[in-house]
Amino acid sequence: MNAAAPTAGPLVPEARAGRDARADALFRGLVTTAGIFVLLALVGAALSMAWGGREAFARFGFGFFTSSTWDVGAGEFGALVPIFGTVVTATIALAIAVPVSFGIALFLTEVAPPWLRTPVASAIELLAGIPSIIYGMWGLFVLAPYLGEHVYPWVDEHLGKLPVVGAFFAGPPLGIGMLTAGLVLAVMVIPFIASVMREVFLTVPTRLKESAYALGSTTWEVVWDIVLPYTRSAVIGGIFLGLGRALGETMAVTFVIGNAYAVSASLLEPGTSIASAIANEFAEAVDPLHRSALLALGFVLFLLTFVVLVIARLMLRQLKRREGT
Amino acid sequence: MGDVAERLYLRRRITSVVALVMSAAAAMFGLFWLVWILWTTIRKGLPNLNAALFTQMTPPPNEPGGIANALFGSLVISLLAILIGTPIGVAAGTYLAEYARNRKLGEAIRFVNDILLSAPSIVLGLFVYTLVVLPTGHFSAAAGAIALAFVALPVIVRTTDEMLRLVPAAMREAALSLGIPQWKVTVQVLYRAALPGIVTGVLLALARISGETAPLLFTAYSNQFWSTDLTQPMANVPMVVFQYAMSPYDSWNAMAWAGALVVMVFVLLLGLVARALLLRRKMSHE
Amino acid sequence: MNDALRIATPAASRNVPRNAANGEPAPPKMEARNLDFFYGDFRALKGISLAVPEKQVTAIIGPSGCGKSTLLRIFNRIYSIYPGMSARGEVLLDGENILDPKYSLNRLRSKVGMVFQKPVPFPMTIHDNVAYGIGHHEKLSKAAMAERVELALRQAALWDEVKDKLKQNALGLSGGQQQRLCIARAIALRPSVLLLDEPTSALDPIATGRIEQLIAELKSDYTIVIVTHNMQQAARCSDRTAFMYLGELIEHGETDVMFTRPTKQQTEDYITGRFG
Repeated sequence: MNAAAPTAGPLVPEARAGRDARADALFRGLVTTAGIFVLLALVGAALSMAWGGREAFARFGFGFFTSSTWDVGAGEFGALVPIFGTVVTATIALAIAVPVSFGIALFLTEVAPPWLRTPVASAIELLAGIPSIIYGMWGLFVLAPYLGEHVYPWVDEHLGKLPVVGAFFAGPPLGIGMLTAGLVLAVMVIPFIASVMREVFLTVPTRLKESAYALGSTTWEVVWDIVLPYTRSAVIGGIFLGLGRALGETMAVTFVIGNAYAVSASLLEPGTSIASAIANEFAEAVDPLHRSALLALGFVLFLLTFVVLVIARLMLRQLKRREGT
Repeated sequence: MGDVAERLYLRRRITSVVALVMSAAAAMFGLFWLVWILWTTIRKGLPNLNAALFTQMTPPPNEPGGIANALFGSLVISLLAILIGTPIGVAAGTYLAEYARNRKLGEAIRFVNDILLSAPSIVLGLFVYTLVVLPTGHFSAAAGAIALAFVALPVIVRTTDEMLRLVPAAMREAALSLGIPQWKVTVQVLYRAALPGIVTGVLLALARISGETAPLLFTAYSNQFWSTDLTQPMANVPMVVFQYAMSPYDSWNAMAWAGALVVMVFVLLLGLVARALLLRRKMSHE
Repeated sequence: MNDALRIATPAASRNVPRNAANGEPAPPKMEARNLDFFYGDFRALKGISLAVPEKQVTAIIGPSGCGKSTLLRIFNRIYSIYPGMSARGEVLLDGENILDPKYSLNRLRSKVGMVFQKPVPFPMTIHDNVAYGIGHHEKLSKAAMAERVELALRQAALWDEVKDKLKQNALGLSGGQQQRLCIARAIALRPSVLLLDEPTSALDPIATGRIEQLIAELKSDYTIVIVTHNMQQAARCSDRTAFMYLGELIEHGETDVMFTRPTKQQTEDYITGRFG
């Protein structure tokens, strides 16, 4: 046992300590660089598009945002139509997806029998991972023909004649168009928003809900008076996250929006979105100004989604902070 | 008075039941579309799933063929993207979890990473276009891999960060109190403890990029032929599916569905494996 | 900082305990002198002076939040991995101040081993858990390493239970076994001081008994400092006891005396269970 005697002295040569310290510094430098790389990736993406789009911004100035002309032959580029299409399709998508996602999240946290909750939630999360190109193909080959044949004629005939709102629903029943794009987007973001909302609802402390039930509240009252107020900011954050996704989605929209540069009140008419315009034209854009205009569009999309995502993360963060305390 | 209370209670009950029935209906409604999409892909893809699909090259319209070159290209591009994204992502996640706790820079990076996680992938495609394609003068598989690496990066950063933070602080302290330097503790002890989680992150990232089309549109582009040259355009499944689906030819459309089915099954399987790994890890922690 | 004064203070005097066996004064193995500790602005330890005699068990007791774990975590500077924490004063190990930045962490931690509240085996085999620390500090042949691992496991009274499954994952061991493995891992480096931070608080009574027995055995080779919230444990297995309250060292001395004739009212209140 004398081997373990404390008088044996230090086992560690000081050289070893020096080497360890240098290796530590090197490793720290390495991971810090990687961390900063993430920061630079976002900044780089923004700058590269702003720089690439400088020609278009310089040529058209603020008119780039207000002009609805997009004429490759004439070298005239205005971003109004794609911006309009992006906002309209995303709005339609959210108008449908938010209530449905809320219903799903509610179902999965309060209504469904416990044995059903996890499998269905997992299935929805899995489906949220299906590549968007498949949503687009389904939209083009299945949904659009169905809508064009069976739904839009009826919509045009009945809703199209209504005062005020009629203008939104009047038009040729092509099947493809902004309403279809919005529908496909809605289907795409539903599993996404529903998953976030479900997770958010799960953070409500059980004792809070139980004390409300103990006072005789109904399930709906607990959701409306306890769960929603408790999670309000995070729910909005989740919705904004979905909005960010809908705004920037490319493939699901490109298939079904119709790619037409026209501002039309009718949702049945084809239109275009920023992402689909870039997807369709960029690889073939030979004119430097055309290319620059598309990069400028990319920059606009970046700014739009950036603002939305920052709001989303700030809202979601509030809940995390409360969880921490 | 009891009567009034009774009636009020009944009304509250009815409201609740109606709301809950509507939530169940919403769940049905949501699942209905998803099942419809799954079903469509299987129904249209399965009849066109044959050996030729995996062994033959992309054909001209209305001729038999397969997407072997695209499958190979997707494999190469995706793996290369993971190869680029994983070391950077794991390193950045390590920085966040081990070196930047409670630091402003760490908070900023975590926030930006979250933004990057949901940023439109087409924007990353444009970024890599100006970063790689423009200077080199042409589309290339390497550019595609870099674009996909940017898509994979935030996924890997986030899971690495989260998984390392799940490792109990006492494990770090125990290793450090043996006089082992921090880098060694991180690489040999903490990574090992967090390995299933980090692998899950990489798998999720792979699932995410294997169906991504938008970032490849103007980076890897596509190629009709078998190509192994990373500096040249390379065929890949998402691009072929996109081009074939948008074409007016029935034979191409059919192959697009088969390709879509392959991608979908691959992505779902990856998701399942990742989930199983995560579940096992959770159980071993309890 | 009144350095001159402190250095001038002779190490002898009333603070030095006598070795129970032969009555000769045992020099303190470790000694805190006028030690302050800060979490940011909060002063968690206030002027602690405590001598830890060689090859004895010193127990630190006190209600939770009194700073006993904080004190222990200064003895191997493990606190330094977290930002915003700082220690002022001196902690001497064999007469050298370990708080001096020039005192290498590497050297300190090979001399001062630590075992934590919850057993945290590394995600490796049982053998590798013990060998891991040795491998960093020394280059040993396979055979020599096997010998060292066996010795450490024997000292930790774990060898007989694990000798047939050295290649198995350490996470498969029971909680008590895991904690003894952590002790083996710490003593494998042949430290002279062993710090135990509530080592049995996560264990059942039987496993706790084994660890206490082990502490008694290890005393002949190591200087042991144990933090515990369990006063019976302190009474059972320590030679000397220090009582801390609100960041101050209220009283310290031989365990028998502390538990039978405490000099301070607070100590008496605590050990008789009036608060804490």
